[in-house]
Amino acid sequence: MELKETLLSSFIAFEEHIDVDASIHDIRNSAIKIFEEKGFPTKKEEAWKYTSLNAVLKKNYTVFPKYDSGIEFKDVKKYFLHEIDTYKVIFVDGKFSSFLSATTHDGLDVCTMSSALNKPKYKMVIDEYFHKIAKKDDSLTALNTAFAVEGAYINVPKSKVVEKPIEIIYFSTGAENALMVQPRNLIIVGENAHVQIIERHQSLNENTVLTNAVTEVFAQKRAIVDYYKIQNDLLSANLVDNTYIAQKQESRVAVHTFSFGGNITRNNLNFYHQGERIDSTLKGITIIGDKQLVDHYTLVHHAQPNCESHQNYKCIVAENATAVFNGKIFVEKEAQKTDAFQQSNNILLSDKATVNAKPQLEIFADDVKCSHGCTIGQLDETAMFYMQQRGIPKKEAKALLMYAFSNEVFESIKIPELKQRITKIIAQKLGVNLGFDL
Amino acid sequence: MSKYTEDNLKIDLETKEYEYGFYTDIESETFPVGLNEDIVRAISKKKEEPEWMTEWRLEAYRAWKEMTEPEWANVHYTKPDFQAISYYSAPKSQAKYNSLDEVDPELLETFKKLGISLDEQKALAGVAMDIVVDSVSVATTFKKTLAEKGIIFMSISEAIREYPELVQKYLGTVVPQRDNFYAALNSAVFSDGSFCYIPKGVKCPMELSTYFRINQAGTGQFERTLVIADEGSYVSYLEGCTAPSRDENQLHAAVVELIALDDAEIKYSTVQNWFPGNKEGQGGVYNFVTKRGLCEKNAKISWTQVETGSAVTWKYPSCVLKGDNSVGEFYSIAVTNNFQQADTGTKMVHLGKNTRSTIISKGISAGKSQNSYRGLVQIGPRAENARNFSQCDSLLMGNACGAHTFPYIESKNQSAQIEHEATTSKIGEDQVFYCNQRGIPTEKAIALIVNGFSKDVLNKLPMEFAVEAQKLLEISLEGSVG
Repeated sequence: MELKETLLSSFIAFEEHIDVDASIHDIRNSAIKIFEEKGFPTKKEEAWKYTSLNAVLKKNYTVFPKYDSGIEFKDVKKYFLHEIDTYKVIFVDGKFSSFLSATTHDGLDVCTMSSALNKPKYKMVIDEYFHKIAKKDDSLTALNTAFAVEGAYINVPKSKVVEKPIEIIYFSTGAENALMVQPRNLIIVGENAHVQIIERHQSLNENTVLTNAVTEVFAQKRAIVDYYKIQNDLLSANLVDNTYIAQKQESRVAVHTFSFGGNITRNNLNFYHQGERIDSTLKGITIIGDKQLVDHYTLVHHAQPNCESHQNYKCIVAENATAVFNGKIFVEKEAQKTDAFQQSNNILLSDKATVNAKPQLEIFADDVKCSHGCTIGQLDETAMFYMQQRGIPKKEAKALLMYAFSNEVFESIKIPELKQRITKIIAQKLGVNLGFDL
Repeated sequence: MSKYTEDNLKIDLETKEYEYGFYTDIESETFPVGLNEDIVRAISKKKEEPEWMTEWRLEAYRAWKEMTEPEWANVHYTKPDFQAISYYSAPKSQAKYNSLDEVDPELLETFKKLGISLDEQKALAGVAMDIVVDSVSVATTFKKTLAEKGIIFMSISEAIREYPELVQKYLGTVVPQRDNFYAALNSAVFSDGSFCYIPKGVKCPMELSTYFRINQAGTGQFERTLVIADEGSYVSYLEGCTAPSRDENQLHAAVVELIALDDAEIKYSTVQNWFPGNKEGQGGVYNFVTKRGLCEKNAKISWTQVETGSAVTWKYPSCVLKGDNSVGEFYSIAVTNNFQQADTGTKMVHLGKNTRSTIISKGISAGKSQNSYRGLVQIGPRAENARNFSQCDSLLMGNACGAHTFPYIESKNQSAQIEHEATTSKIGEDQVFYCNQRGIPTEKAIALIVNGFSKDVLNKLPMEFAVEAQKLLEISLEGSVG
């Protein structure tokens, strides 16, 4: 049976199984209808022109895995940012693992979506925020909405500065041959509040995983949100990550995406401005090889005056890998004095690697500063020669140049331990030991 | 002195009527409206075409029937009814003229209004013209001079009769019949156009030029241009057009094919000023054009365009850089005003080694217009050391218009270097202030700034054309070009 049919038929059973209040029930029902009508995206759609899910969808996925968490903390310790204390919301095969997690209700809510959906005390918040900013007619988002039952729920009240980062990790144990999970996160950051979030998807063995995640982030007035996405999964993992961010006036939201692993990774990152003097930052480092594909699809919707957005994506593509960057800046005619910047730099390391870029501007206001740049090239030969002349082996010289290339994105990571961690992952990826930290 | 501000300019622009809107009353022979195989056959028969040509047209027609109109472009319009168009219209007097005196005086008057005095052109500019009014060429000059060099420059229907082997060899090789909806339509029904062949090693001594006009009410015009530059030759080709005011939307679907063989160079310049519609957005020409050039080894094709007219423009002059070391260039100014919509850009397809391409695109939008750049830079896996530089700048006047950029960049070769940059801005108050301070009135200052903004492209136009380009820019943005 095709995956679409499997999902549609299991929806009925799923609806009967869970018992949540009527409003969510209606949202689910209308969402599954949208998915039924649209199906999975194909290459014929402009937004999916360069990325085909066909091969991935052919697997026989288990949609509702049996709960069997046999994993020990020591097995997965390396995936945590264990050097520092953090809040943790951990899921294993789509189910919440209280054993691995460190949640809180003290001063802020860091807990699970299932409890937020079920407990009456959260009803008002859910009514106000759940599925409010996510794109309703996007088929994969709709599919996630229809099956939304678990994920992270974070609510930071007014003026709260969260003292330690929050880690959200999704593990898949590989107990099933092929597993499809659909986490749903809701993050609300109150006025003047500040929070740092690290999100990661990790499979623990070679069995296929397909993750279709949706995250909604609401940043209220003057809130500051730093969101880090680490994508360093095994080559058997596929990820479609849909993130929708709504910003109120003077808020600052930065999303850093580090894509190193995974078979197919698609990041749909959408920013919507709902106030003046907003600052949005979208940065990414992508280093891929083998037959990997990473597709960054970004949208910044400037609807109000005096806002800024900065996009900076660095991509290093080796072997048979493909990197896609599709960025759109949309400036409404009310959004005067917008300062929007978008840059995509790519390095191709092999003749079989491909880079497809489509940086777009759609501008309806005249008093704006909008620019975008895109480059595709290779490592500077003279710089390589310079280093080799001074006794730095080729491999290390190459790695140094690549570090330098991605430095612009690095330097804005605000958690030092995370910076180190990313440096290590990159060194590992490049097969070198540089013996210094950036 | 009353202050001339950008708002004044905007009002001026909006109220500016189309100056070249007139209608020449020449008796025309027009086919009944509608399109079917019989009409295609009839057109072919009318042109006294050989059998293979008729078949070629029919093949295109059959392909077209299966196709649907493309919808991906960032333009909105009422789709033309293809069965309500007459596909053939020609001035009745078919006699060949030996001198200008024999040409219908009314027709000559038309050219005078357009500022094309044949005599003057002959004497001063040294431009040979193949003038097309409603699809049939009626006057050709300088043919003799060109003939001495072995250059063939004539209407394509003549070429089909006189040089069938050349036409058959190259027609449809760059833009195949089934390339796209409008190219297929054009292939089926094209009535006339220009044909040019430059023999091996010949540098064409003058700028070749054609003017197109849409003249008959309710007539779509479908030109077909084929330029072949044989090994080591050079040609500069100019194309320009103006159209009379008309309420009904007119369709213009041309196909231009350029073939630059080894070491050849073709420079193709266009000034397009079809009727853009009135300031309420009624009427105006639909301009759906397919232009593409093929470069063999060491060849070079350069497209320069100044787009000021048409209600809807859909045009992507492209280069297929097939041969090693070949070069493609694209320089464009697109000006939109009132309700005009333009979706224009280029495609640079790098296939050969060491191929280079440059794209400079300047968009100016005013009024309620929408101006889009859409371009593709594609580097094939065998295109070692391919190099591309693209720059797309937009200038917005007022906040009712839009500027859009949709570049597609696809690279499959590690040694390729691609750069793309785009900016959007308005005329800076500080720039205007600087000029004012130095005694330059605002109107002149804006002219200066717009001129500077477009200079990169204007500079690429041949001398003979630059004057006209400035003149045509004036119509779209009066007061901004000095």
